[in-house]
This record gives sequence, structure tokens and C-alpha cells, in this order.
Amino acid sequence: MLTYAVKRIGLAVVILFTVMLAMYAMVFLVPGDPASLALGPRATPALKAELIARMGLDQPVQVQVWNFFANALQGNLGYDVWSKKPVLDQILEVFPNTLILGVVALGWALVLGVALGCLAVVWRGTLVDTALGILSVSMIAVPSFVIALYSLLVFAVWLNWLPAVGAGTPGDWGSQARAVILPAFAIGITWVGYLARLVRASMLEVMGANHIRTARAFGLSEARIVTRYALRLAIIPTVAILAVGFGAILSSAVFVETVFSRPGIGTLITSAVAKRNYPVVMGTTLFMTAFYLFVVTAADLIIARLDPRVRDVFRG
Amino acid sequence: MTVLNVTDLRISYGPVQALRGASLTAAAGEVVGIVGESGCGKSTLASALIGLPAPEARVSGRVEVEGRDLVALPETARRAIRGDRVAMVFQDPMTAFNPVLTLGEQLVDFQHRLPAPKAEKRARAAAMLARVGLPDPQLALRRYMHELSGGMRQRAAIAAALLMRPALLVADEPTTALDVTMEAQIIHLLRELRQDHHGAIVIVTHHLGVVGELCDRVYVMYAGEVVEEGTTDEIHHDPRHPYTRALIACDPAHIAGRVERLPTIPGRLPDLTAPPPGCAFAARCPQAGPDCAVPPPRVRVSPTHAALCHRVRP
Repeated sequence: MLTYAVKRIGLAVVILFTVMLAMYAMVFLVPGDPASLALGPRATPALKAELIARMGLDQPVQVQVWNFFANALQGNLGYDVWSKKPVLDQILEVFPNTLILGVVALGWALVLGVALGCLAVVWRGTLVDTALGILSVSMIAVPSFVIALYSLLVFAVWLNWLPAVGAGTPGDWGSQARAVILPAFAIGITWVGYLARLVRASMLEVMGANHIRTARAFGLSEARIVTRYALRLAIIPTVAILAVGFGAILSSAVFVETVFSRPGIGTLITSAVAKRNYPVVMGTTLFMTAFYLFVVTAADLIIARLDPRVRDVFRG
Repeated sequence: MTVLNVTDLRISYGPVQALRGASLTAAAGEVVGIVGESGCGKSTLASALIGLPAPEARVSGRVEVEGRDLVALPETARRAIRGDRVAMVFQDPMTAFNPVLTLGEQLVDFQHRLPAPKAEKRARAAAMLARVGLPDPQLALRRYMHELSGGMRQRAAIAAALLMRPALLVADEPTTALDVTMEAQIIHLLRELRQDHHGAIVIVTHHLGVVGELCDRVYVMYAGEVVEEGTTDEIHHDPRHPYTRALIACDPAHIAGRVERLPTIPGRLPDLTAPPPGCAFAARCPQAGPDCAVPPPRVRVSPTHAALCHRVRP
């Protein structure tokens, strides 16, 4: 297990460095220089030269890359071109909002999705199974922004039950909780469908496996077979897809935070792109990449904990 | 003492009549073989013997183990017998164990009826693994299935089935998934075990060689029926049913010289959704005549030997 963990985390670090390098290369290859962009058309050459020196853009490429890596590793993602605030501070300020949104969205999707999946297994082949299948596929098929706009219209505008915009008053848990419901509903609903289908499929596959028949042949109770023999295997694909889901949900945060005017990583990155605020765009992208890698690696470690066969992949 | 008594067992899956009135017995200390080609109903029979027919199977007739009829019993009572009085060695040792639990965890679980502390169950499991010839049983108990070789898994599967000292042990194709060397070792092991196992052993196989090596008596199955029964000697040296004869003629071990192609039985199994009213083998039988269109009689050749055929004379 330790060997696997070390190798898996090492792999994540390599991926992160590759992403950083690719990001740097992209920015480097884009024509135009950040200094004139930041200072505007009326900047004097002296001012420009000063800013270029301050940003280190007069250094050789390899030194620039080295500085970028060294700074990033120390938590220095650069400074906002407009407000001059450190990028990392800005990210950390709004990130909790996005994290809460993601956790709540995936959380309710997980609970409902697993429940619906299990119901479909229990009543497989019946009308309930068919109805749940149609429902799940519909949830997958309807785009999240349609759900977002209509839920906004119905619950916030017509019924006036829930706030339409914002993330709630800071410090007031009640208002924050009310503010997260609609966006979490909008981006979570697709995942209810996905998870219901996935849980149904993996549960049916595992329950039909030979080793389940063996457990039955030794007279183990059905409850024990499900909890000890089947669930540990059936849960593995779900854990894997949850990690991917977390990444997908973070990227849907970009539009859902815009629709609900909710401060978060999504709004930060959209406004930065609109204002050509390169350090913020790069810093945020890097931060999200690192976070996503963290989630995926954690999921892989959980799977390795659940499945001994995975642990041995890197061995021998 | 008769441990297993199956009477007129019929099992169908929807329209498919997989088993059409099979009857057989097995006594304590006896090894009984059930032989036939793929699709003859062997595996269906095997799962009925341990009281675990497929959920969609319709079952009628009797499967009495130590006098209790598994067909008539409710599922809870059947479950109490499974793994305790009857146990099974499954066909494919690769998939017969759970991949995410250690062998030890599973072998301890399989003794759930035994009112004993976990440590004692582990010790019993280790002793049984040693008995079936697994080197270093303590280490094997801590292993996951993918860390064991095919032969080790099959030995572990046999050990699992013997843990509770069942009155009836059913082995479904115990050597099919193994290579020839391993097969010989497992047959050797089963032969050894029959000395100290006092219950009845039923071995289901398509392999006549396995039957010859291991069994006292044999039931030959065709299209869901027992077409011939007898001692192993009678079946091998004096087969009466044309199907048994054809089967033996096809066994490569019985072919002396070099041949261009191995012999086969021409034709194919009858459609079991609408089995022929008369002899099921008639369509492929070299001796078939018009009388074969009516159900054949069960002709007794000796007190232990009988065949289901119009052509057989006592």
C-alpha cells in the first residue's frame, strides 16, 4: 500500500509539473507582451521597461520558468494586474464558496443517486426499474444551465422561496445554506442520473459474480453478502467516478456561479479572463489543476485501500 | 447409509427443460460421478444438489440430503443446510473467491455456524489448508486471491468446502480450469481426501478420465436425463447405452493409433424447449429405429447397472 501511495503521489506531482510547463509555454507563445497590456496604450517606454524588469520578463526563458516554478511552490502565484493583490489571497478568499457548492452538489447527488440505483436493483426488471431508468437518463440529458435558469425562475422569481443571487451573508449560516440550494441543485442533478445508472450496473454485475454464489453456497445471510462481499466491490467504480465528477462540477461552477452571481472560483476566473488579468487566470487554473489532482489522487488511494489488486499494479 | 437421494428431479428455466426427471443416490463414503457433455444439465443438477438453484429456475421432484428434502424446504432452512451439511467446490477457482477479502477472512466467514472464537476458526482454516497441501498456510490465509496460483486456489476451494465436514460434497468440474499437471495433482488430492472424508462425494464432470480415477459409481447424463448408471467398471468396460459408447469412443485416452481427426458424435443436442417424446438420443443414434419414438424403458443389466434404451437387453 505504501509503495502504491508513494508512486501514485509521485505521478500526481509529475502531472502537475507538466501542466505548469504547458501553461507557461502557452502564455509564452501568445503574441503581445503583458507589460503593455497592463499599462495600457499610453505607457511610456521607461515605465514599460521598469515593469518588464519587475515581472522578470527580461530574464532568459529558463530563468523565467525556474522563477515561476519556485514561486508557485512557495505559494506565490503572482499579483493581480489591476488591484496588485496576491493572486493566492484572492483565490483563497472565494474558494470556500466554490468548495461548499461542489460538496453540497455532489453530496446530495451521491445520496439520491445511490438510493435510486439500489431501488432499481431491488426492483430490477419491473416498472419501477424502467421508470428510474427513464428518469436517470433525462437527468443526464437535460443541460445544467437549463435547470439553473428554470429553477431560478420558479423558486426564486415566481415562488420567492430562495435567494436568486449571491452566496449569503458571511457569518450567517442560514442565509449561506439557503443560497447554496439552487446552484447545488442545478449542477448536481446530472450526477444523480449518472450515479443511479452506475450504482445499478455495478451492483447487478457484482451480485451476479461467481464469488457471490460461493458465499451463498456457504449459507451466508443475504444481508452479510451485500454488506461485506458485494458493496466493497460495487462501490469502487462509484468512488472513481466521484473524483471525476468533482472536477466536472468545479468546471460547471464557472457558469452556475455566473448565472447565480455567486462569488467563487468561477466568477473570479470569468472576470479575470474578461479583463485580460493573466496572473489571476494562470494562478486560478493552476490552483484548480492542483486541487483536482489532489481529489483524483485521494480517490485512487481510497480505491487502492478497497481493492488489493489495484495496490499491486505498480509492484513488480 | 444413503446421504443423498434424488427422485424425479425436474428443473426448467422458462421454456427450457434443463433437467427432465433425474434420479440418483449417493451413500456415505461413496464417490459418485455425473458425466455428460456441455448443456446436458450437469451444472443445473449440481446447484440443485446444494440447494442453490438459479432464482429463475422452476424445480419439482425431491432432493433429500440426510432425509431432508431441499426442494420442499423454505429458503431459510435451505440456507442453514448449505455450507454445513452440503458444500460445493466450484468450477472456476479464479472467480470463486471474493477478490477484495483475504483467503483467511473468507474461510473464517464460511465457518459462521461454528460457535467458536475467530482465532480458533483461523486455526481450523490453516489446518485444512495444510491438509489439502498448501505450503505455508499461515501466509496463505493473509493472501488475496490474485496472489495465489490456479492450483493453490483450487486447493483452497476444496479446503473451504471441507471445513465444516459436510455430509455431501459436490465438486463441479473440479479440474476443468487447470492444466494437466495441476489436474493430476488435484485428482491425487481428492483420492487422498476420500479416505478421511466420511460423507458422500459427487463429482460433476465432462471428463471420463476423472470419473475413472475417482469414482465408485457413475451416472451418464444426456439432454437432462440419466441415460445410464453403473459402477465405474461397468460403465467403462461394458457400456450399454449407445450414447455412453459414443462418449467413450470419443475419449482421446481410448484411441490407440494416430488419427487424422478425433472422432465426434454427429448431430447435436435436441432442442430442450421441445424435447422429443421418445428417446432424446435417437436423432444421433446409429442403432435408432421406429420404436425409439416412444419413451425408452429403464433396462436393468445388473443390480448396479441400468440403461435408458430400447436396444439394451438385460
